[in-house]
Amino acid sequence: METSNNSLSFSRRSFIKTVGLSTGGIMLGFTLFEACNPDSKVMIDPETLNYKDFNAFIKIAENGMVTIYSKNPEIGQGVKTSMPMLIAEELDVPWEHVLVRQADLDTKNFKGQVAGGSQSIRSSWTPLRQTGATARQMLINAAAIKWGVDASECTTNEGVIENSRGEKLGYGEIVTEAALLEIPDNVKLKNPKDFKIIGKDIRNVDIDKITSGKPLFGLDYKKEGMVYAVSLRPPAFGQKLVSFDATEAKNVPGVIDVFQFGDKIAVLGNNTWAAMSGKNALIAEWSSDETLMSSEDHDVELEKLLDSDKLKEVRSDGNVNIAKMNADKVIEYTYEAPFLPHSCMEPMNFFAHVTDDKVELAGPIQTPEGTARQVAGLLKREPDDVHLVLTRIGGGFGRRLIGDYALEAAEISNISKKPVKLVYTREDDMAGGFYRPIVKYKISAAIKDNKLIGYHLKEAAVGSSINKSRASYFPAGCVKNYKVEAAQLRSEITTGPWRAPVCNFLATAEQTFIDELAEELNQDPVKLRLELLEVAKKDKKNKMEWSPERMQAVIKLAAEKANWGKSKKGVYQGFSAYYSHNSHVAEVAEVVLKDGVPVVTKVYCVVDCGVVVNPLGAKNQLEGGIIDGIGHAMYGEMPFVKGKPQNLNYGDYRLIRMMETPIVETYFIDSNEDPTGLGEPSLPPVGAAVANAIKAATGERYRKQPYTKYMVS
Amino acid sequence: MPTFNLKINNEKHTVEVDADTPLLWVLRDSLGFVGTKYGCGIGQCGACTVHVEGTATRSCLLQVSQAEGVNITTIEGLSENGDHPVQKAWLEHDVPQCGYCQAGQIMTASALLNNNPNPSDEDIESAMNGNICRCGTYVRIKEAVKTAAKL
Repeated sequence: METSNNSLSFSRRSFIKTVGLSTGGIMLGFTLFEACNPDSKVMIDPETLNYKDFNAFIKIAENGMVTIYSKNPEIGQGVKTSMPMLIAEELDVPWEHVLVRQADLDTKNFKGQVAGGSQSIRSSWTPLRQTGATARQMLINAAAIKWGVDASECTTNEGVIENSRGEKLGYGEIVTEAALLEIPDNVKLKNPKDFKIIGKDIRNVDIDKITSGKPLFGLDYKKEGMVYAVSLRPPAFGQKLVSFDATEAKNVPGVIDVFQFGDKIAVLGNNTWAAMSGKNALIAEWSSDETLMSSEDHDVELEKLLDSDKLKEVRSDGNVNIAKMNADKVIEYTYEAPFLPHSCMEPMNFFAHVTDDKVELAGPIQTPEGTARQVAGLLKREPDDVHLVLTRIGGGFGRRLIGDYALEAAEISNISKKPVKLVYTREDDMAGGFYRPIVKYKISAAIKDNKLIGYHLKEAAVGSSINKSRASYFPAGCVKNYKVEAAQLRSEITTGPWRAPVCNFLATAEQTFIDELAEELNQDPVKLRLELLEVAKKDKKNKMEWSPERMQAVIKLAAEKANWGKSKKGVYQGFSAYYSHNSHVAEVAEVVLKDGVPVVTKVYCVVDCGVVVNPLGAKNQLEGGIIDGIGHAMYGEMPFVKGKPQNLNYGDYRLIRMMETPIVETYFIDSNEDPTGLGEPSLPPVGAAVANAIKAATGERYRKQPYTKYMVS
Repeated sequence: MPTFNLKINNEKHTVEVDADTPLLWVLRDSLGFVGTKYGCGIGQCGACTVHVEGTATRSCLLQVSQAEGVNITTIEGLSENGDHPVQKAWLEHDVPQCGYCQAGQIMTASALLNNNPNPSDEDIESAMNGNICRCGTYVRIKEAVKTAAKL
């Protein structure tokens, strides 16, 4: 029987998956000591132990070693380490006894197998702890039955159950019986002060494999008989395939087959290089690109939209027009950002093997469930026919929320009837993007008696746009008359979520504007932010997703840590603060001038993300988000000429490198609140922190990214 | 197709591939040394870095025909148990995020320390600047290289 309990991340069925348990296990003939003591002469590889299914998340071996399955895709955000930590904490086992494995797509046993929106930890915080706590209670109950005592007399400590008589049983000794028991309801979760694993620095669980080059990633995945595929796609968005000549391609050594599918041509080879070389030898004719737009056209059209009647209201408080009429002064500035590719270091790739029996898929994907469903739809198969193995993912940043490359692999395998690994070349990856939308924000402020009385933001973008929720982030609520409007420019160029969607540049625009407002009001930018937040605190009418109090706290601590306003001679500071992905962040960037050129030397970052599950991993995310944000603000741009993306490899497309990387100092607000997002929130504020610091250093105000493009050296 | 004799991680391997095949794809597809990664194919990202006679080399730019008769080391051969000082330092600093570029970073760093056991900050930046990390783990990479120099 399945009962529903919405707070659980597992279905009840996952606990009853105990096939084979009654057959008993093999006595493995070694002690926990031998398995876990690094000095032991007989090192036992935990991967070779005989684990027993406890449920879909947990397996326990007789010596007490525990395997925990991590259900969500790992794209570098660290959930393969932090999510199992939540289970291990409540299961009450030492982390050293835990082996973590990546779960395959399993919609029957797992909910929400997705990596997006920095929600993995936030949404699993209670459910995964309940998973561990429920298993722990069942182990206690089984031991109690065996001892003939009441379960309430039993306690656990690091994988061992003890009763009031002092008798002990290891989890591994009772797992078989425990897994068959009724599942208890309302198990008690630990008091955070009793946490032994949560809040500790835990290393990336794959680090040994990563540093020794073991196969982990989609590109490393291999299957018997597998061939390699590379596709030729239309060079410009909006172009169609007219004709092609594959004579030369077929003559390339190692090329097995060439065929058209849709507007694309697949080249199959017996190795990646052969397939790539075959693709290069193809001659294709494409439809005309005369009507397709270039970057200059986007620029003009977006500018027009900002003052057109196509703008639609997203949020409106009070009356911004009246505020402007009553104002002593209205200031208005426009902020602009280009299309950006995701440029994950592991290019898009996927394995597919379509047979009459089933559809096997394997590779890097942030949305395994949705992608498997789309593949089933494409091939007109039952969803149950599709099996998807999740590999470790060489960067996601939102690109792998879209499974176009998995569908392509499935289609190529379906046509060729072969197990196929589809590989994008770097150029394919950069040209086949779902780019961060090109966007312009025009922001105006109505000022009266040296106070902000109205705030008006207009957005024009290609692709995704500001929604009501994002239009309600800081500084919404901080000014009585407030309005956000947005308009869309249609384009053939595909756009998609890019790390901290919309916020990644919305925050830059707004937090740069607040700096400009502070200049206009002749006020300190930190004080101005704190004052604006006072207004939001008094506003009881608008129920907000974010907290002005928590925002003030991060701002104050960032100012304190950075010694705001008292930086050393020649060091110029810029401030920024933003709320996104349920976390509050404040940052200070420091810039110095080297030969007159502004260089970012240091960034201070203060975050309130509730409980920090794994500080070591969490700091890594903050550092990475900041460096990523600076790199793209300074250098990132994908220009288009008649629908054709221009910078297709790292010779032309500049990513930040070590020489341009500042020191990053990170701090967390001490908190017992439930954890919130961390993979994205450090990125949005940093663009403005840098722009504001550059203004302080040079007097030049940068409103258009990438900043270095517009710097006069 | 022609055959080539390669010496990789102190072992001899014979492969039959097209002469212009980059060493990268021979390592990955023909020999299964998948620790060496493909990132750009034009020597701009460093993900494919291996050692040729101890020097950091982009395997995407080295044709198999040029790789005969030299000692090639890949990440799999850097140490027997993953305990090269650079690998140990990477563990100590918990450097990786996605991890895809890290084998290349480690091969560049270990080649640097072979030639320059006590690098300055500038030496490290200069040596590591050819390796891109899209996740932005540069702060930790730099610290880990410094730690490795002391091990």
